[in-house]
Amino acid sequence: MWKLLKIELFKIFRRPRTYIAFAAIAAIITLIQLAFYSDGEAFLQFGMQSLKETFDINGKIVNGYLVCYVILQTLLIHVPLLIALIAGDAVAGEANMGTLRLLLTKPVSRSQFMWTKFMATVIYTLLLLVFMAALALFLSVSIFGTSDLIILKSETIVILDRHDILWRYFGAFGFAAIAMTTVASLAFLLSVFAENSIGPIVATMSIVILFTILTTMDIPFFNAIKPFLFTNHMLNWKGFFEEPVNYREVLKSATILIGHIVFFVFTAIAIFKKKDILS
Amino acid sequence: MSAIINVHHLSKQFGEISAVSNLSFSVKKGEVYGFLGQNGAGKSTTIRMLLTLIRPTEGDIEILGLNLRKHRKQILRQTGAIIEKPDLYKYLTAMENLRLFAAMSGVKIPGKRYAEQMEMVGLTERADSKVKTFSQGMKQRLGIAIALVHDPQLIILDEPTNGLDPQGIADVRNLILHLSKDLGKTVFVSSHLLNEIEQIADSMLIIDKGKKMAEGKVTDLFNPLDTIVELETGDNNDALEKLKQSAWKDYIQEYDSKKILVKLGKEDIPSFARQLIQMNIEIHSLSGRHSLEDYFLTLTTANKHVETFKN
Repeated sequence: MWKLLKIELFKIFRRPRTYIAFAAIAAIITLIQLAFYSDGEAFLQFGMQSLKETFDINGKIVNGYLVCYVILQTLLIHVPLLIALIAGDAVAGEANMGTLRLLLTKPVSRSQFMWTKFMATVIYTLLLLVFMAALALFLSVSIFGTSDLIILKSETIVILDRHDILWRYFGAFGFAAIAMTTVASLAFLLSVFAENSIGPIVATMSIVILFTILTTMDIPFFNAIKPFLFTNHMLNWKGFFEEPVNYREVLKSATILIGHIVFFVFTAIAIFKKKDILS
Repeated sequence: MSAIINVHHLSKQFGEISAVSNLSFSVKKGEVYGFLGQNGAGKSTTIRMLLTLIRPTEGDIEILGLNLRKHRKQILRQTGAIIEKPDLYKYLTAMENLRLFAAMSGVKIPGKRYAEQMEMVGLTERADSKVKTFSQGMKQRLGIAIALVHDPQLIILDEPTNGLDPQGIADVRNLILHLSKDLGKTVFVSSHLLNEIEQIADSMLIIDKGKKMAEGKVTDLFNPLDTIVELETGDNNDALEKLKQSAWKDYIQEYDSKKILVKLGKEDIPSFARQLIQMNIEIHSLSGRHSLEDYFLTLTTANKHVETFKN
């Protein structure tokens, strides 16, 4: 299994397409950091004008933790597309290239083949998040320094002490890893049905976008189905920035997402095991 | 010689379409077995079933004396294959492709074998070039190297000369003969180039619309001294009755209202013609042919099931 996994990772990381996601993330993060570096202070002063009438705010508002929070909010909506680029290609890409039939004439069971593919996709997803964390958190902290984190919500303000933040980011990135793996496993499942990777990538993004719209619409009819939409739970990384953290809610969302992963992956394997390879 | 492939009553349905129907054949160890059929005849479906890419609807496959369903890994470890055109990872080099597929073969391969394989298929100088820069012929040769790198006992080649120039076709033909005659490998090869099969195969199977049309040793099926004589008469039913009552009854291959096919040695044709006249058969045409292509087309276009000539 380890040998197969090494082969899969070798294939993924020898493809130029793989690095598009890393380059895109680096570009977006750098742009946000640049924007904060040049105009961040003025922008925040403007945004917090009404608060200053009520509160006396001192200290360094624009700091590495705040920049990282903004980056996370922006990127975690777009990262699923980058994840789908690789996960949607996992099986469909091999079918499209014609390599699938040669691979499956090797003495490897289809379950092994699929598990290896999925594990390689998860490793790619985790590496993307680690890369994102390194740039968004550590680079931001090294550029902007640290201070207390002020988060404005629609009805409340959360102020987190600078010494009480880092672990929350670790928690948030850990949760994001589960959320992104959910997207990866959906794309992986759809990949089994297609013979080119465009279909599963577009289908995955369409599902994520549709579910996200339904999640954000405050209409009573949609409220009833929201708990069943995985996108609704994907945003609960923000739970780590509540005071106190609602662990029950975060754990519930994580469990639901893991349930989705298990369902998507096992369905993909069950279908693939019976599939006639005609590509 | 023992059979290395035994196929029993193999069928595959795709919905309403029957791609392969009740196909049985066996391939002996060490022989080159030709698998012939027109496009859409069911060759690729059969080969994919032999390689576990497609599940048969019915039937059993035994390879190396083992049931394919139960001993898939064990069998595939001893099998090398090219299915249709060899599609490889274009963004990897030839050597990387060879090593990658070799690593999946489940067989420990000595390091020097990779270079040997590259040399055998004439790609030594391009071993470090990316496959996207390769011609179809070069990809085909690399595909052959991949099929052989783990030294399999059984080699399954689906149209291995596709995309090759005449020299490449001759090279593949020589390679197949070398594998079989010198190294004792069993080669199962499909092709639409009938004369290619005629030159290399010991036995062959002809299928049409998923059904077996003929199977047997090439020397029995296509003895160059034998001729298929096509006879057209004024009254084919009457001619057929008379022939069935004559000494020529065992030579009749097939017949319909338009023609009667009789398999004869060349030296027998004059006496056959004389006796037709003696039997008062009104001959409209009497023509002979012996090429494999003619025979193949006779079988496949007439779509008639003939008895096998297998010994």
